[in-house]
Amino acid sequence: MQTVNGANEIYTNGDGVEKSTWATKTGLAQMLKGGVIMDVVTPEQARLAEDAGAVAVMALERVPSDIRKEGGVARMSPPELVAAIKEAVTIPVMAKARIGHFVEAQVLEALDIDYIDESEVLTPADDRFHIEKHAFKIPFVCGARDLGEALRRIGEGAAMIRSKGEPGTGNIVEAVRHLREITGGIRRLQTAPREELMTIAKELGAPYELVRQVAAAGKLPVVLFCAGGVATPADAALVMQLGAEGVFVGSGIFKSADPARTARAIVQATTNFRDAALIAEVSKGLGEPMKGLELGAIPAESLMAPRGW
Amino acid sequence: MAPTIGVLALQGAFIEHERALERLGVASREVRQRKHLDGIDGLIIPGGESTTIGKLLDVLGMTEPVRALGRAGLPIWGTCAGLILLATDVGRPQTTLRLLDIGVERNAFGSQLDSFEARVPVPALGEEPFPAVFIRAPLIARLGAGVTPLATLTDGTIVAAERDGLLATAFHPELTDDPRFHQYFLDKVAARTAWDAAPETVAATR
Repeated sequence: MQTVNGANEIYTNGDGVEKSTWATKTGLAQMLKGGVIMDVVTPEQARLAEDAGAVAVMALERVPSDIRKEGGVARMSPPELVAAIKEAVTIPVMAKARIGHFVEAQVLEALDIDYIDESEVLTPADDRFHIEKHAFKIPFVCGARDLGEALRRIGEGAAMIRSKGEPGTGNIVEAVRHLREITGGIRRLQTAPREELMTIAKELGAPYELVRQVAAAGKLPVVLFCAGGVATPADAALVMQLGAEGVFVGSGIFKSADPARTARAIVQATTNFRDAALIAEVSKGLGEPMKGLELGAIPAESLMAPRGW
Repeated sequence: MAPTIGVLALQGAFIEHERALERLGVASREVRQRKHLDGIDGLIIPGGESTTIGKLLDVLGMTEPVRALGRAGLPIWGTCAGLILLATDVGRPQTTLRLLDIGVERNAFGSQLDSFEARVPVPALGEEPFPAVFIRAPLIARLGAGVTPLATLTDGTIVAAERDGLLATAFHPELTDDPRFHQYFLDKVAARTAWDAAPETVAATR
């Protein structure tokens, strides 16, 4: 299987069975591809998401748009909420830890969830360092605005990447920008002669070995989802056509007029993302999507995407 | 004539199956809608989330057509979520094709922290054990009449089974470089195609 520098943390029970390998960590993300991961704040919402066809749920206390509105420090989801949501569904459950807060991550691992999102939606706990993710048995997903940031996170052990977008806005523009930065960065690597790769690695601030891998493979060594601003079926299909392998929807579902229908419609548009007639059909009668925010109306210090480095 | 293998591409790791078939020189087709089922010689249902794929089969009006193809003898291989979707009994209300008479326990080994890799003996594929990746995997708790186990773990847990053209694996051959399971399925497809072409001859050689 594919390995990334230092990624082979292997836990063996002596029976030739190996747990928490790079293959099992990245493998779960492979199984989520083509799917929609939905933010939920209650067990009822989690069940609704599962019924609508979500491939996983993200358990958190407040959706990003409420975090934005209410302000204050946003932290890891409360353990009892995570446990209740885990109890409510059979699909994988993810939860968020603050950037750099490795103890929140340890707590989430102890809760036996399926994936940790080291997320800029929460208030960062460390202004210089992200979590050393290879040290964990549980896999991590991290946000990225460009290829360099994606490869730094993978170097630290992220087994899945999502483009950041600007969470809680219902505005797709930043998601599109970040996704294009990542896919455009990959295309540039593919056409670069080998002797340029070290300098490109330096400029990207990315591990050289990963830069070489991406140049050769023409894709990230882990699954790439899109997050931050998806509010409609057409938004989801847009980012899928731009090269995302799946979609995170945060506030877009439960801040819409009809969450169940919106959720089902986004799931369908993500599967048949090239079929405009089908997307038109499922987009009918959804009512108001979430209101959304113009990026210029957000004060710079309230932007979430620039958190992390 | 070279067969066309449909790969159900509603959700999950379908691209990995397409690549594995490509490495064996076999063309595949992504099946996202009912119309894509026309003219396929075999179907692979990939790993993913079985609840999601089941719901999409329903809303896209594909559950009955796929079930009918399976009943008519189309070779179908399900990996992980695909195994769940083939089963008659999964112990909870969710859409399945109910083609293969097996009882399945979902997430049988635990959460993601219990996902594992192991080398599993598969006698039908030869002596060399198969490198199996189990991700939030199901297990086969009950085999119906006529269903043969293909692989068991050291504790006796059944993780692969078959009946005629139907093949089910709890793990993910598409995540490894070992082509033997894909070849095994292609052999089923070839056998079916030969049967269709000349039933008497094949019957005579059995």
